[in-house]
Amino acid sequence: MKRSDFLEHVAWTGSGIAWSLSAAGVLTSAPAAAATTTFSFVQISDSHIGFTRPENPDVLGTFTKTIAAINALPQQPAFVVHTGDVTHLAKPAQFDAAKQVLSTLKAPLIVLPGEHDVIGSPRGFFDAFARPDAPNGWFAFDQGGIHFLSLVNVFNFEVDGKLGADQLNFVEKDLAAQKASTPIVVFGHVPLYALFPPWGWTTEDGARVLAALRRFDAVTVLNGHIHQIIQHTDGNIRFATAAATAYPQPAPGAADKPGPLKVADDVLLKVLGYRSVELAGDTPARVADHALG
Amino acid sequence: MQRTLIAAAALAACLIGPASAADAAGPGAPMLPSAVTIHIKDFKFNPTPVKIHAGDRVTFINDDDEAHTATANDKSFDSEGLDSGGTWQHVFAKPGTYNYFCELHPYMKATLVVLPAAGAAAK
Repeated sequence: MKRSDFLEHVAWTGSGIAWSLSAAGVLTSAPAAAATTTFSFVQISDSHIGFTRPENPDVLGTFTKTIAAINALPQQPAFVVHTGDVTHLAKPAQFDAAKQVLSTLKAPLIVLPGEHDVIGSPRGFFDAFARPDAPNGWFAFDQGGIHFLSLVNVFNFEVDGKLGADQLNFVEKDLAAQKASTPIVVFGHVPLYALFPPWGWTTEDGARVLAALRRFDAVTVLNGHIHQIIQHTDGNIRFATAAATAYPQPAPGAADKPGPLKVADDVLLKVLGYRSVELAGDTPARVADHALG
Repeated sequence: MQRTLIAAAALAACLIGPASAADAAGPGAPMLPSAVTIHIKDFKFNPTPVKIHAGDRVTFINDDDEAHTATANDKSFDSEGLDSGGTWQHVFAKPGTYNYFCELHPYMKATLVVLPAAGAAAK
């Protein structure tokens, strides 16, 4: 992927953000400065395998194209994280098709569920992507001097975006054991802050996690769910929602309702893509989004 | 999740797509006569509230571009994922008031009231 192909934005958590909104509503930018890369990973999201509508009749194709682009990176990421809605309707065949594509990744894979992956029951998701270190779905790990938290906020069916007491207790206990200078990166599906509650784009009990993250020098929270790139900073916490690989959704409040957004065929690949994240030492994370076309 | 684990998984890419005829929620599922049809449109269940009698069959049709579910708050019924154009039928055997919602969009709420079966009161 050439630098000229960067879509949407390139941003640095904390200071040094360099991005702008074009007249067409597309975020474009270039990095403010080069950094020495010591650790990098890639985020993908919302592949919705099984979706067949005109907004993207070939979600498997765009998903495959995404994975091929990641595999073509000159320096492979430490891992690829899929932040949920792997499937559209949590059907076994949809999980199987997604896994077939994901099995071609060169880098290790982390998958967390979106609400579409747990329709009726989380059983299908766990059958496909269970981890021995995450019996409840959520887990923490350390890699490259960074502390990662992979959270699940889609298991409560009656609220779109809820972590629950058990997970909140896990998070608070886990973060209490970390040094304030340790870079923290958090994964989830639904945004952890109140991005647009009328459409369910919020986590009802996310405030307790954010409170536990306040004492750290630099925190990056990466989500999917809304099928578009939105950056938000709240003190030491940088939030970044990711583009989908399947189809876009309207900007918050820009339509009567959320849902698949039909764009011109020659625009679709420009609003789908993946995200690379780089962290160098104790500097804030660099987040860059890359379009498929 | 390690790549090796993913690679070991069964592969069935050819099976994705619209639900099969055997899937009650699929567009090809056989439809039986129902007392009421509830349309899911613009992220709303319509009509609501609905009154039926015990033993009545209800048809749910998803007219939206987005997938939805019709899921009872008490989980006594659940359509599971209804894709765009998908239908699902359910027979309500027990009288009572059933509040239900969409799992994917929980702010979509509706109510279905099941009265005693016609003629039951005369017994």
